[in-house]
Amino acid sequence: MASIDSGGDGGGHKKGPGVKKAKKMSTKVDMTPMVDLGFLLITFFIFTTTMSQPTAMNLFMPKDVDKPEEQNKVKESGAFTIMLGKDDVVYFYEGMDPAAPGNFRSASFKTIRDEIIRKKQSTNPEDLVMIIKPTIDATYKNTVDILDEMTINEIKRYAMVDISDVEYQLVKITEAAAGIK
Amino acid sequence: MPSVKIKKHAPDNDMTPFVDVAFLILSFFMLATKFKPEEPVEVTTPNSVSSTALPEKDAFMVSIDKDGRVFISMDNPQSRQLLIQSMNQTRGLGLGPAEMKNFINAPSVGVPFSKLKSLLSLDPEAESTKEALKQQEGIPCADSTGGELTTWVREALVAYSGKKLNLLIKSDNSTKYPSFKNVLNAFKLNDQNKFLLVTSPEDAPAGTALYVTRQKQISGGK
Repeated sequence: MASIDSGGDGGGHKKGPGVKKAKKMSTKVDMTPMVDLGFLLITFFIFTTTMSQPTAMNLFMPKDVDKPEEQNKVKESGAFTIMLGKDDVVYFYEGMDPAAPGNFRSASFKTIRDEIIRKKQSTNPEDLVMIIKPTIDATYKNTVDILDEMTINEIKRYAMVDISDVEYQLVKITEAAAGIK
Repeated sequence: MPSVKIKKHAPDNDMTPFVDVAFLILSFFMLATKFKPEEPVEVTTPNSVSSTALPEKDAFMVSIDKDGRVFISMDNPQSRQLLIQSMNQTRGLGLGPAEMKNFINAPSVGVPFSKLKSLLSLDPEAESTKEALKQQEGIPCADSTGGELTTWVREALVAYSGKKLNLLIKSDNSTKYPSFKNVLNAFKLNDQNKFLLVTSPEDAPAGTALYVTRQKQISGGK
């Protein structure tokens, strides 16, 4: 088994007659317990270690302002509203009117990127504003994912605001139509 | 029949290189390891492409677990002491020195003020305390005034006055958005609008704008 063989018995030159051969002690060391312990420690450290250090994602929220003249204005052509619904479904519309025919559409987290890119390319960069409105059914992961999507697509201006009643009703109706409970 | 005598070798092979490698790995893990701080609740953070390292100093962390329970924790024992002392006075919690010491050493706290005393009077060494820490009901924050979390944040800002306080929010993947919003609200009421969300690292998806920018940075840096 595990051992170091450092010469010891066997081999060696012949001594002259009468010279008594001293019996050499074996220098073999059984390394099995040491190896056992070594691997035990390795397993321990593998399990306790945290390899990937957590990262931090910046989030700047706007200050609540009551006066409408202090609020940021959004150009209708540049507005893109994303709503986060139940079951990881995303709803979005462009401009100001969610109820306009064909304007309110749904997407998944996979397909929303294409919509964002399309909007980014077709809009004047100075006017583009993404408005994120999570519903009460959205999860934290959805929120982080969509904020991440802003970073991924390098959207400079975006805001996270509360959803309005009209929009929430539309989300509800669409969800009911799609059979999401 | 001529018999060939086969010399028997001992069936042991030399394990020295094997042991060398094993101990090399062992020393690597020993040096690279950083122990997970013990948390009363398990929180699985979502991934993000953000590459900012998490600040370790002057951090005030609010954790939200998947049921929406809110916990707070801080890094600096001195600030913890300042915080609990002023809390004790302003809110009349009636904590003794031993209970305050327990607060300083506690991993994270998530109980209403009314139950803080009974939680902190538990023996930190006892096994039942660990269970009690897991059973904490969370700091109330689910109303428009931000509940008790607002008070905690306000006092923490005082305790860290003079330093730049990093406000960390750590939340579980499946936490519902309203719980997260309540926490944001409690911060907003204290005029705090800059947060750091704790996430796990992830690469930028290939072909996207961020990916292209990062590739440029890498090649430009050379």
